[in-house]
Amino acid sequence: MIDAQELVKDFDGFRAVDHISLNVPAGSVLAVLGPNGAGKTTTVRMLTSILAPTSGRASIAGYDVVTQPEAVRAHVGVLTEQHGLYERMKAVEYLDFFGRVYRLSATERKRRSLDLMDRFGLTFALDKRLGEYSKGMKQKLALVRSMLHNPPVLLLDEPTSAMDPLSAKQVRDAIIELQRDERTFLITTHNLTEAQSLANTIAVIRAGRIVAHGTFDDLARQFIGAPVMELRTAAPMNGLARDLADLVTVEASGEDWLQYRAPIPAQLNPAVLRRAASVGVEVVTLAPVSRTLEDVYLQIVKEDEKLTDDTR
Amino acid sequence: MTTQTLRQGNPATIYTLPERRTWRDTLSNALIITRREVRDSFRDWRIIAPIVILTFLFPFLAQFVAGRFTEFVTGYGAEIIGERTIPFLLMIVGFFPISISLVIALETFVGEKERRSLEPLLSTPLTNTELYIGKTLAAMIPPLASSLGGMAVYLSSLVFGDLAWRPQPMLVAQIILLTMTQALVMITGAVVVSSQTTSTRAANLLASFIIIPMTLLVQAESVIMFLAPDAESPSGIGALWAIIIGMWVTVVLLLRVGNAIFNREELLGRTIDQLNLKGLFGRIWRYIRAIDLKGTPARNLIEWYRAGVFPAVGRLGWATSVTVLVFVAAVVGGYLIGQQPEWRLPLPNTDLTETATFMSSYSTMAINPLGISWIVGNNARILAAAFILGLFTFGSAALIVTPLVYVVIGYLFSQVVLAGINPTFMAAGILTHGIIEIPVIVLATAAALKMGAIVTRPPQGMTVGQAWTFTLADSFKIWAGLVMPGLLLAAIIESRITPGVVAAVLGGG
Repeated sequence: MIDAQELVKDFDGFRAVDHISLNVPAGSVLAVLGPNGAGKTTTVRMLTSILAPTSGRASIAGYDVVTQPEAVRAHVGVLTEQHGLYERMKAVEYLDFFGRVYRLSATERKRRSLDLMDRFGLTFALDKRLGEYSKGMKQKLALVRSMLHNPPVLLLDEPTSAMDPLSAKQVRDAIIELQRDERTFLITTHNLTEAQSLANTIAVIRAGRIVAHGTFDDLARQFIGAPVMELRTAAPMNGLARDLADLVTVEASGEDWLQYRAPIPAQLNPAVLRRAASVGVEVVTLAPVSRTLEDVYLQIVKEDEKLTDDTR
Repeated sequence: MTTQTLRQGNPATIYTLPERRTWRDTLSNALIITRREVRDSFRDWRIIAPIVILTFLFPFLAQFVAGRFTEFVTGYGAEIIGERTIPFLLMIVGFFPISISLVIALETFVGEKERRSLEPLLSTPLTNTELYIGKTLAAMIPPLASSLGGMAVYLSSLVFGDLAWRPQPMLVAQIILLTMTQALVMITGAVVVSSQTTSTRAANLLASFIIIPMTLLVQAESVIMFLAPDAESPSGIGALWAIIIGMWVTVVLLLRVGNAIFNREELLGRTIDQLNLKGLFGRIWRYIRAIDLKGTPARNLIEWYRAGVFPAVGRLGWATSVTVLVFVAAVVGGYLIGQQPEWRLPLPNTDLTETATFMSSYSTMAINPLGISWIVGNNARILAAAFILGLFTFGSAALIVTPLVYVVIGYLFSQVVLAGINPTFMAAGILTHGIIEIPVIVLATAAALKMGAIVTRPPQGMTVGQAWTFTLADSFKIWAGLVMPGLLLAAIIESRITPGVVAAVLGGG
């Protein structure tokens, strides 16, 4: 649904995007992470046919971003970094305006507007001027605008920033719901927890380049190693760590706990449990140590910085 | 609310993109923008207040002034001044509200850019042209309505009031047209400024480039309205028609510039208003030495000519054809003017032997370096003036300044023919050095035309800035590589060989 090959964007001698390739199949979510100025917004603008790539090619829903810009923009819903609302308008007028721009019929404009406003809990504010909206409400209305024409692809820049936890959950639920219905998402965010919970794949961009790309598990395995399991026992382990040395690599241990790496947990964990039982150790819990996207992201950034320093 | 809300139908089945956009589609889409923006403008009391005052109060003030002033000057027997003040005030009543258009127009792009509301709009399927037309109309409608409304109120009070003014209908039509055209010039200019700046402050500063010439123009129009000998003519004042036509040409060119530079890339990609002269000169210098679009420098003079200068001449393309056509038209035009009895010179059909002898002796003199440098300097000055003026007139001045010489040549040729003198000596006097000079002048004029016009239509894939820089570098290449050497060679021939050839043709050699 989103296909970009070797996208490059130069601005007056400065390379903002450097040979970025992405492929996001229908019904999946790609989270694009990276520091400010990494090239995320420029990439999104190229995918929306607002900026023309210096080289490379990209298509959205089968439409080429260079040769079919209007078709691309018709099939994309965009939530920009800043909500960009017309503050003197009422929500109902605002959505009607964008509905007209997207050539929705009067009935469709009204129905979609009311339904979406209801979906995001904004029905009560339909006749309010947008200048009176709170930050979170503005963000939600901007999201409603991006979904108004029912696009197959949504490019969302920080979709839940400035939102309270309940509103943020509403938005996440909406994304999951639409994803199930084969909508495709590209989300740029600094909220790593959100990215981890929503994204099928994650891309990390630094200085215009993709420095890591894959599922969370793939990235975690690649950058912070195999999953770590923590085993807790009912009583002191009496040398269990030593007994497991031929099976797994023990990373850390205490009197009644130990942590080990399990490249293939499905094979190793039963073996560990059997060994514990054979030496008379009663296992209370065996669970994976929580690994967050933040750990992975920080490791990616660290390695990339090291690589950059080495290259210099 | 259920899941159904978000899942209505297959993705994007609601939106249908027309296979081919007609003008009707374009206008209809543009009007969506216009309606929203006009409504938004009318919600801003800072726009409404001056519009109301200038539409409904100012005309009465103007009418009062007109009445008192007419009475005053009539008391001194100067009725004509009073009579001519009335249409002048009509123009002022129409012009004042238009000044608001500048505020709205400057606001259209840069204001939206500042409030960050432009990007959502740019992310919609509207084309650049639709956005441009929509916003231009939105900037135009409120002040124009105010202007026409104000003039209507003023006219009504004059026609039906104590003064019972009965103006020439054509003069009124002219003033209304003049006002509307001024509004168009200011708005199209302001939209260009607005789309190229990143802050309202910068846009307001640059707006002086619109306000100052327009103020001077209004002053000139005022003088014309007072002094025009044809002020009472039923066909209107001739000079005002000329101004209206000139402004329409400007509007068309500004619309083209606006449409050409109004693109999403320029609007969002531009992030600074600083003038980087060092960078600009660096880029121009790189392109001057370059043999390709990437800026690869030429390794030697031959490569520079082969891959730099001659392709630059090729890129002049249509500008060369237009220049040649205009030059031919200038010669023919001059010839036809000379055929008119009232333009004929009293040339006698005399014996030119004495002239031939003089020319012959002149050709045997040593080369006069001062003469050559004078010829080169004179020609270069005219071509440089055409080039510089072309920069500010979308290239049109280049097609006025240089062809004037050819009008004169055509005219003189016709006089010689009419006097019964064999015109071969003229051909010899022009073509001997002209064989080099004329193509060089054509090239320089075409380069000036291209340079001025490039902003109205930059090549595909180039921003206006890139196209301008690249074309300027092309022009320098042509000047340095062909025009200056050509002018020098032509000047040597003109001072050394041409007199001899003319003398030979006249029979004095």
